[in-house]
Amino acid sequence: MDKRILTTPIRSEDLEDINIGDIIYLRGHITTCRDVAHRRLIAAGRELPVDLDGGAIFHAGPIVRTVEGTEDKFEMVSVGPTTSMRMETFEKEFIEVTGVKLIVGKGGMGERTMKGCRDFKALHCIFPAGCAVVAAVSVEEIETAGWRDLGMPETLWTCRVKEFGPLIVSIDTHGRNLFEENKVVFNERKEQAAEKICKNVSFIK
Amino acid sequence: MNKQSLGIHMKDTIAKLISYSSKVLPDDIYTKLEELRAKESDRLGIIIFDTMFENQALARKLDRPCCQDTGILQFFINCGADFPLIGELEQLLKEAVVLATDTAPLRHNSVETFDEYNTGTNIGRRVPNIFWDIIPNSDACEIYTYMAGGGCTLPGKAMVLMPGAGYEGLVKFVLDIMTSYGLNACPPLLVGIGVATSTETAALLSKKALLRPLGTHNDNKKAAQLETLLEDGINEIGLGPQGVSGSSSVMGVHIENAARHPSTIGVAVNVGCWSHRKSHIKFDKDLNYKIISHKGAVL
Repeated sequence: MDKRILTTPIRSEDLEDINIGDIIYLRGHITTCRDVAHRRLIAAGRELPVDLDGGAIFHAGPIVRTVEGTEDKFEMVSVGPTTSMRMETFEKEFIEVTGVKLIVGKGGMGERTMKGCRDFKALHCIFPAGCAVVAAVSVEEIETAGWRDLGMPETLWTCRVKEFGPLIVSIDTHGRNLFEENKVVFNERKEQAAEKICKNVSFIK
Repeated sequence: MNKQSLGIHMKDTIAKLISYSSKVLPDDIYTKLEELRAKESDRLGIIIFDTMFENQALARKLDRPCCQDTGILQFFINCGADFPLIGELEQLLKEAVVLATDTAPLRHNSVETFDEYNTGTNIGRRVPNIFWDIIPNSDACEIYTYMAGGGCTLPGKAMVLMPGAGYEGLVKFVLDIMTSYGLNACPPLLVGIGVATSTETAALLSKKALLRPLGTHNDNKKAAQLETLLEDGINEIGLGPQGVSGSSSVMGVHIENAARHPSTIGVAVNVGCWSHRKSHIKFDKDLNYKIISHKGAVL
């Protein structure tokens, strides 16, 4: 199968035939964006320092260093996803307000984000977490750094990437959610496992 | 060497070890991951494992932290009462963290509570976290370092069960964490469980359990049996790497225990992610050292 590569700006129709469990890659721009940036836009109503319409965000807090001999050119050392669920409170509105099409993070997101992805056409994907050097070397350049007052992990670093991935689609535009569907199965198996183990742990007699 | 040069030597060694352990996984973890990868048959699980191994090779080659979340630094010390730098050690560890933050480089992860600002140095009030055990009649010093990242710190939980809940209650407590928060904490996980009398005694043991070499068992037979039962049970749930499903959910389950009050069972869970960045070093009184966790490591 050919590599499925999305290029920013992404249009809604580009996402129609993509389903949960698919593997995709990204070419173009992606901006790191996590807890405080979501809070500032949605809860405090501040304007984001970057245009995300048709764009991609990465729930990530990277290690960045300045390029030697410069003060405002940056190099991506190590960048990987953080727990997406922390952004659940804000993500549906975030998708609606910004027009963002691709959200990359770690672990699943909930019902509200699923609705946001379904109604406003966006995907949530996971990048294998802990694989921060693989991600960093796909960054060709950090083009801008917004809200630097937030410190290194929370600054909005807009990166130009070449074939960033593998990205596993966890929420598609059709209302399906890989992690929520898995959870149902996991919980059933958990009950079975608990029953089996508990037969052997009557240590208090 | 006089005390001052011994101090500088120790600080530099620890800083280099912190930096090294942010880039290279300990031997026991790497070997276990290879074993789990060989067994994995899930399509998505295999893709994730392949990316993990590609990442570790790149981190080594490019000399970069293998995961961007280099955590809050924690040190568990078994210090001989006669170790010459016992009085200076806390300050040396703090300075080592600042040094490694710059040289590795590490991400800035120390946020002062209430005042809510990032110190930018990885030190802060009571950070790095330092846990002491003093060893009588010894002049050596053994240090475990651990990078407590955010993702694998989140599932941490402690509570006190009534004895009526029994060890069955403990099993359910652990399994519930696996399918809720554990899923997002970068499996295959290392699961540390503390069983004691109260929240803080259980919690400390649950973290110490994460520092035990993989593959070792609790010396109590029943506790060891429960380690195996839980390991098999959690693997049967099939979380898989990153929770996308697959055969490997955990690298291991370690239990550490202490006696309890007749009316309570204190339980706690701490998990380590697959990128379990711990290290273990032993110093003698002259500051000659041996790195136990990473064979052949050159600092």
